[in-house]
Amino acid sequence: MSTESLRRTPLHALHLELGGRMVPFAGYEMPVQYPAGILKEHLHTRAKAGLFDVSHMGQAFLSGDTAALERLTPADVAGLKEGRQRYGLLLTPSGTIKDDFMFSRLEGEADLYLVVNAGTKEGDFAYIAQQLAGAVTLTPRPDRALLALQGPMAAAVLERHAPGISGLSFMQVARTSVAGAPAIVSRTGYTGEDGFEISLEGGDAERVARILLGEAEVLPIGLGARDSLRLEAGLCLYGHDIDESTDPVEAGLVWSIGKRRKMEPTFLGGPGIMDALTHGTARKRVGIRPEGRAPAREGTEIADTSGRVIGKVTSGGFSPSLNAPIAMGYVQSAFAADGTALNLLVRGNALPATVVPMPFVPHNYRR
Amino acid sequence: MSEVRYTDQHEWIRMDGDEATVGITRHAAESLGDVVFVEVPAVGKAVKAGGEAAVVESVKAASDVYAPVSGTVSAANDALATEPSKVNDDPEGAGWFFRLKGVSAEEFGKLMDEAAYKKFLETV
Repeated sequence: MSTESLRRTPLHALHLELGGRMVPFAGYEMPVQYPAGILKEHLHTRAKAGLFDVSHMGQAFLSGDTAALERLTPADVAGLKEGRQRYGLLLTPSGTIKDDFMFSRLEGEADLYLVVNAGTKEGDFAYIAQQLAGAVTLTPRPDRALLALQGPMAAAVLERHAPGISGLSFMQVARTSVAGAPAIVSRTGYTGEDGFEISLEGGDAERVARILLGEAEVLPIGLGARDSLRLEAGLCLYGHDIDESTDPVEAGLVWSIGKRRKMEPTFLGGPGIMDALTHGTARKRVGIRPEGRAPAREGTEIADTSGRVIGKVTSGGFSPSLNAPIAMGYVQSAFAADGTALNLLVRGNALPATVVPMPFVPHNYRR
Repeated sequence: MSEVRYTDQHEWIRMDGDEATVGITRHAAESLGDVVFVEVPAVGKAVKAGGEAAVVESVKAASDVYAPVSGTVSAANDALATEPSKVNDDPEGAGWFFRLKGVSAEEFGKLMDEAAYKKFLETV
């Protein structure tokens, strides 16, 4: 792909100045790492704080009858209180996973604020608008930037530039100002650490990013460490661990289905999803710890101890925190119990591995 | 007197007498990023020029290391199993991968010398 056809975020010049190694990702030119390298960036985020540019993600506002979104997601939308954010699955007409996204109800505002994945945003927005035509208006905001400040020192750092922000709890959201710039700040992230996502007007993003990077605790973090951090946290990557061939139950995302929604499953594919909940699924998403040091990458076949293939790795790599390989994937449900012995077929060798609970590294959320 | 040659897959190979040592170039190590796993070939294994001989993995991805020339593996750098970061720290020294015997001088002579490899790097 030629780099000319790639889009850039408002932080593009800053990434280059910081020595970011730019790669094509979801149609954008994004830093996969900075000179520190993925291992250091990863460990720094776990120890202190890291700043991520996630401006490629899809931000939008949904207005009108926002509860109509409950047709497309099994999450409880109507019951979301002001100042709260929630994780939701966007469903296909057959009840498989079209995307996963975050939605927020801001204090005193009727609209919902949505953040969807970068690679799927155009399709998601068109789908929502078409499926809910007449009930809602969706306004994409590609003009906005999105930063994530993640790590155990994120709150102390952000508090210096947004006094009072550390009063937010996990999954709370507020309009505030960061270094004088109007912002939507939520206490969420994709690393398993405490931290914030900060939505800004595009024109303010570089100035705010420079201020945050000027703090002694903060390093810039690229997409490489973003992926290894989310994998350690056991979080799904859309297009890999979940996609239009997976349903919410086998993916282990039943916790995102609202209680009220289970009683009355009016969402797309509702009967099928409720049936899977009741009767179980043929396969399940599990965490896997390979023995030894060889990583098992996405696409690696999973066999039982007799050599029969019973699943496939959907995300696999090396955990800098554990100094060992980790993976997640789908296995036949009979092999999904914690402690089950498996083999991973890596380059023709059967490498012993074990099903383990996720996250691989404990979450450090501020509840 | 040892001589070093290079491949367009970014391996280096150094002849010392009748034994050749193989590794990946500094350019390759820097492109890969932090190396977290290395698989070296077993001693005694016969390898063919251009064939897969070893595996190097960074946090992000796995890459094959190819034999620059045909030969028989006479030694492997087992230290990389526990200290894969040697590949980043000293790619053309302590981070060597394996040694070969029975190497053809003709095959070796066809590979790029340092000046040619440097020129090649400007094109990639």
